[in-house]
Amino acid sequence: MTYTTLSLTLIFVLIPLLLSKTLKLDLEKDTIIATVRSIVQLLAVGYVLKFVFDSEHIIYILLMITLMIGTATLNARKKGKAIKGITWKIALTLIVIEAVTQGILLGFHIVPATAQYIIPISGMLIGNSMVLSILFLNRFTAEIEASRDEVELILSLGGTPKQAIHNQLTNAIRASMIPTIESQKTIELVQLPGMMSGQIIGGADPVQAVQFQLLIIFALLTTAAISSILIGFLSYPTLFNERMQIIKNSISK
Amino acid sequence: MNSLNEIAISFQNVFYEIDDLSILNNITGEFYKGKITTLVGPSGAGKSTLLKMCNGLISPTTGDIFIGDQPIHSYEPTHLRKSVGIALQSAPIIRGTVFHNLSLPFTLQNKKLPEKDAISFLEDVRLDHTFLHRQAEDLSGGQKQKISIARSLLNRPKILLLDEITSALDPTSVNEIEQLILKINQKYGVTMIWITHNIEQAKRIGHYTWIMMEGQLLETGESTILSTSTNERIQQFVNGVQDL
Repeated sequence: MTYTTLSLTLIFVLIPLLLSKTLKLDLEKDTIIATVRSIVQLLAVGYVLKFVFDSEHIIYILLMITLMIGTATLNARKKGKAIKGITWKIALTLIVIEAVTQGILLGFHIVPATAQYIIPISGMLIGNSMVLSILFLNRFTAEIEASRDEVELILSLGGTPKQAIHNQLTNAIRASMIPTIESQKTIELVQLPGMMSGQIIGGADPVQAVQFQLLIIFALLTTAAISSILIGFLSYPTLFNERMQIIKNSISK
Repeated sequence: MNSLNEIAISFQNVFYEIDDLSILNNITGEFYKGKITTLVGPSGAGKSTLLKMCNGLISPTTGDIFIGDQPIHSYEPTHLRKSVGIALQSAPIIRGTVFHNLSLPFTLQNKKLPEKDAISFLEDVRLDHTFLHRQAEDLSGGQKQKISIARSLLNRPKILLLDEITSALDPTSVNEIEQLILKINQKYGVTMIWITHNIEQAKRIGHYTWIMMEGQLLETGESTILSTSTNERIQQFVNGVQDL
């Protein structure tokens, strides 16, 4: 695609701008900002990726992955600010996700050990893990707030913090994993997944595109399970002190 | 108070603050072994905070609490909470049957409560065996409170803390719970600390009383001080509550 043809796609931006103006939706400024940001960010990413793919140097690949993990951590931590040390807990979770998934993919030679595969797959898995961490933290803090009496009851009967928080922890883990499992049940019936569509548009064989999509779907299941379980087990001890007491304001958002 | 009584819990210059707000202000006093001590005072006096300190759910900002002659912090928290039971006003119920709720202290220790023991605990709180497999959430307030008391007895505590356990109950249930607490106190010699807003109940049930206001312990003594105290604030409070 040439830049001239790409510029024609701006018609898709003009349509909502005109509609917003006509219907007084007051979304023109946000639409323009979103458009400019996506052009600049995506082009920058495109050029950076081209450089990394061309150089095929391990340092650049690691830098890209570090950048992804850093950005995802900063986004997800906003939802768990009240949990002490949430930044490193999310970062550690994402590092484990990356190590486990890439370890399996590269270790079993499922994909070639090149930047062209490692970086896009890492991006999808880290991005998904970030969303799951946000879902988990939202649900976990809400569960504890709603059942503070039950948590206190178990502690008062001589239970440990882990026993006191067990139901809330498993509920939050289940709740954050369910969307991944449910969306995979209906995938391709409603819409073609983004990565698969991209490959098909790019000229790849549809069956091969499906194979890669399945790879991602299966990897996402592991991502979902590890993200919520790991961040859950790393987070709950910080809600209690060494005397097994609930730390005041430790779970308020 | 009575120098012949053994001390179960003592508070020495206990302060508690949250966000610079004083909740307990220099509390010093004793609770006696095998006796029922009532805690009375208006809302916000710090009674529930004090009660939770005895069970180790909260620690003082400064000051010392002793269980027997040992500092409270020398006890391992789970061990302390098994010997100092607490029944809360809200009588929290976990989802499941009455048996499920009664078994909770055992479940937490990876032990199984035999059904016949559960029935015996139910009978202690004057509920028959037919309650055992009913859903706990379907019970009345009084029945839930009885389950909560029975559950707190499962660990065979030496001290039992009761936080306004009859405040939301009808007069018949109040009478039943009072008789039950008296029976447990006499049968097992359990030390009781009971928060109540009901002055007549405090006189009826308590051997001793602590009168608290605005985080301070105004007076302690035998329950008769609720009628005989010369402290003007206490007189105003007692008369005010009785006029309600």
